[in-house]
Amino acid sequence: MFKWFGKVNYTPYTKVSDFAQYLKDGHLMGSRCKKCGATSFPPRADCGACMSGDFEFYELSGKGKLHTFTKIVAAPTGFEDVTPYIVGVVDLEEGGKALAWFGDTIPEEGIQIGMEVQMVPRIFEELEEIKVYYSLEQPGTTWAKTDSR
Amino acid sequence: MSIKAGVHDVVAVIGCQKMTELGTPEILALMGRVGEVQWESGFGTTFPGYYAMFAKRHMHEYGTTREQLLEVAVKNHHYGAMNPYALFRKEITLEKALASEDVATPFQVYDCCANADGAACVILASEERARELSQKPVWLDGMGCGTASMSVLRRPNLVGLPSAEQAAAAAYEMAGVGPGDVKVADVHDCFTVAEIMAYEDLGFCKKGEGGPFVAERQTYIGGKVAVNVDGGLKAKGHPIGATGVSMTYEIAKQLRGEAGERQVPDADVGLTHNVGGIGQYCFVQILKRD
Repeated sequence: MFKWFGKVNYTPYTKVSDFAQYLKDGHLMGSRCKKCGATSFPPRADCGACMSGDFEFYELSGKGKLHTFTKIVAAPTGFEDVTPYIVGVVDLEEGGKALAWFGDTIPEEGIQIGMEVQMVPRIFEELEEIKVYYSLEQPGTTWAKTDSR
Repeated sequence: MSIKAGVHDVVAVIGCQKMTELGTPEILALMGRVGEVQWESGFGTTFPGYYAMFAKRHMHEYGTTREQLLEVAVKNHHYGAMNPYALFRKEITLEKALASEDVATPFQVYDCCANADGAACVILASEERARELSQKPVWLDGMGCGTASMSVLRRPNLVGLPSAEQAAAAAYEMAGVGPGDVKVADVHDCFTVAEIMAYEDLGFCKKGEGGPFVAERQTYIGGKVAVNVDGGLKAKGHPIGATGVSMTYEIAKQLRGEAGERQVPDADVGLTHNVGGIGQYCFVQILKRD
């Protein structure tokens, strides 16, 4: 169900499609290679270190530090209704990087490179179809988790 | 390659693009997908947005300022005003650039190159045929290409383009020259920070010193190396498919001494640096005159 991921989804078919189901249930998952143990976020089915295609998901804390960011004012087709929005790249505590929107708990003027952030699973409440993503929030922000899998 | 292999002895390389039939949101949507589409495009990333994040990080690590970034645009408009083929043939001031609308912070309108229509052509020939066909042949002495991961999340850093460093190293080695030998260069200034990172990736200055380098006018004619004295992508315009060929055209004109009021004195070694996507690949050429 990877078509759930992202406000606009360009890649409905992927070997890591369970990621979106986990995210809908409140779990942020990275991948771990079963052969060499290399981990990755974003998750990948085929290991970048040893090329093995045998992987498993593991749950991340979502804690990280802001690497860089931008406020996008001139937006592409499909994002007019959320413009302007702030995109950040985060160095995750467990390794890897994520690109995500800033959420409401962090005011724009408080955003600084190097600040600690919490990546939080989100569902687009205002859309009828299921659309999931994650946002960058204040450290300590909590959220509900379920397990429908 | 086909000339070297003996298949052809003269080849026309033609680049063209017509971009103005689409509006900005459609172009942003199409070009935003040169980024990684699975984990990034769903957050509405754009071409300016990616380079804006490079700029923010460059400012954070090296103290590069907004004024230094926009000095690139001021320079390129200065020379674009002298180029009859440029889209924008007018000078701008730092004050005007700083007052322009936001695109993707810290970028404003004048940090960004323009979507444009254009075409360019270069005639390549074997050494023997080139001497018969031209009074002033220009020699392609070095070329290199480099690649980097599709996703910016898997790059070693976000303050330069590793593909450009690789391409430059290969081209310099093949031509037997170094950055200090280059008198004139056309680099891929799709955004202001892209030109500053190019100075650093090509070795014109040390890593992190690209901001002061342009602010001290080292990339104007008369400085250490003249960069984008045809106006660059910024003022000449960026018709994507034509841009790389137009760079070779410009450097050939410079090496032949035919660049008019934009002529770089004693230009004997030139360089082109053309980037694909957001640095997923890069090509560098070294050109020389007799």
